[in-house]
Amino acid sequence: MIAKQVLSPLIRENPVTLQILGICSALAVTTSVSTAFVMSVAVTIVLMLSNAAVSAIRHHLPNSIRLIVQITIIASLVIVIDQFLQAYAFEMSKRLSVFVGLIITNCIVLGRAEAFAARNPVWPSVLDGLGNGLGYSLILMIVGVVREVLGSGTLAGFAVLPTVDNGGWFEPLNLMLLPASAFFIIGLLIWAIRTWRREQVEVPDYRLIGEPEKRRS
Amino acid sequence: MIDLFLTSIFQDNLALALFLGMCTFLAVSNRVETALGLGVAVLVVQTITVPVNHLILTLLLNEGAWAWAGLPDVDLTFLKFISFIGVIAAMVQILEMFLDRFVPTLYRALGIFLPLITVNCAILGGSLFMAERQYDLAQSITYGVGSGLGWALAIAGLAALRDRMKTSVIPPGLQGLGMAFIATGLMSLGFSAFTGMGLP
Repeated sequence: MIAKQVLSPLIRENPVTLQILGICSALAVTTSVSTAFVMSVAVTIVLMLSNAAVSAIRHHLPNSIRLIVQITIIASLVIVIDQFLQAYAFEMSKRLSVFVGLIITNCIVLGRAEAFAARNPVWPSVLDGLGNGLGYSLILMIVGVVREVLGSGTLAGFAVLPTVDNGGWFEPLNLMLLPASAFFIIGLLIWAIRTWRREQVEVPDYRLIGEPEKRRS
Repeated sequence: MIDLFLTSIFQDNLALALFLGMCTFLAVSNRVETALGLGVAVLVVQTITVPVNHLILTLLLNEGAWAWAGLPDVDLTFLKFISFIGVIAAMVQILEMFLDRFVPTLYRALGIFLPLITVNCAILGGSLFMAERQYDLAQSITYGVGSGLGWALAIAGLAALRDRMKTSVIPPGLQGLGMAFIATGLMSLGFSAFTGMGLP
């Protein structure tokens, strides 16, 4: 039960590739592995704590003001994370710039609070937060690794592919540092996951006349 | 000033260069009409909230803002996240009531999209960038209009692209979301070609 709740959001119900949640920050902070890692940790912590808090007060919360209350809880948690980063990792907080603040409007956090924590007990909600946080982190780390290795030949700051500038053979792909590459990598990841997990494939809105039925599978 | 306006539309496009508002961007870009409606709504809200948040930041939150009350050392900038999101939620609500009362046609056209804007990261992102880059009031207004316009342009463009792709043959795994990502990537490449464009 516990394992299922934590593991199923990793691939099968991944928040980024299936639920289309939290894409904004997934793309912006992935030019290097270290920023992607800090962002993943921050989102996972906020997600677990906000799920716990929302679930703890779910019986006392009038329906009409629940969005405001949830946003306030999330915003307070994000303020704590932001202050913590500024105090102990100032360089990192400068590199993440506004994207720490944008965890507030990261749809994963509000989406999970609304969809799961608002009607489940505290402990499963924390696990749900952990699972979705890890699923988000997985995508972030994959995109971060691909972009940093191919874009600048390093991995978390250490050189893995010797670049031409440093006397090696690897010509860095500048495309990987452009925003466009993040879209391509996530698009290809979705393709890969959906080829493996057929049930996630979306049914097209239209079909050309005469197109064989089996294309839809 | 014109420079800032053009930069915020094309080069620093909120959706395509900074990845803001992506969730709604991908979810709503299925049809051109709804995408246009959302684009206009974002433009309007962005134009109002960025200057208002600028005023709140300088008059209430910045270090020394309370000097007139005998509290020169009070620095409330850590409250900016929570007050910005509050301002945005309140603004959206006020705008909704205002439109309902005075411009009912536009209100009906925007429909469900107005409340959704509260959790659109493009809006909060715009305000946070304004705070980080320390724009003054005139710059905030320009930035608000420009970035809103850029976002509207991007979502209308993607919706038009996706409209055409509905009839094309796409590998099943790429159907829908996957293809939307690739198309957005190509649009983002196109927009990054505007880099360096500016007035001499």
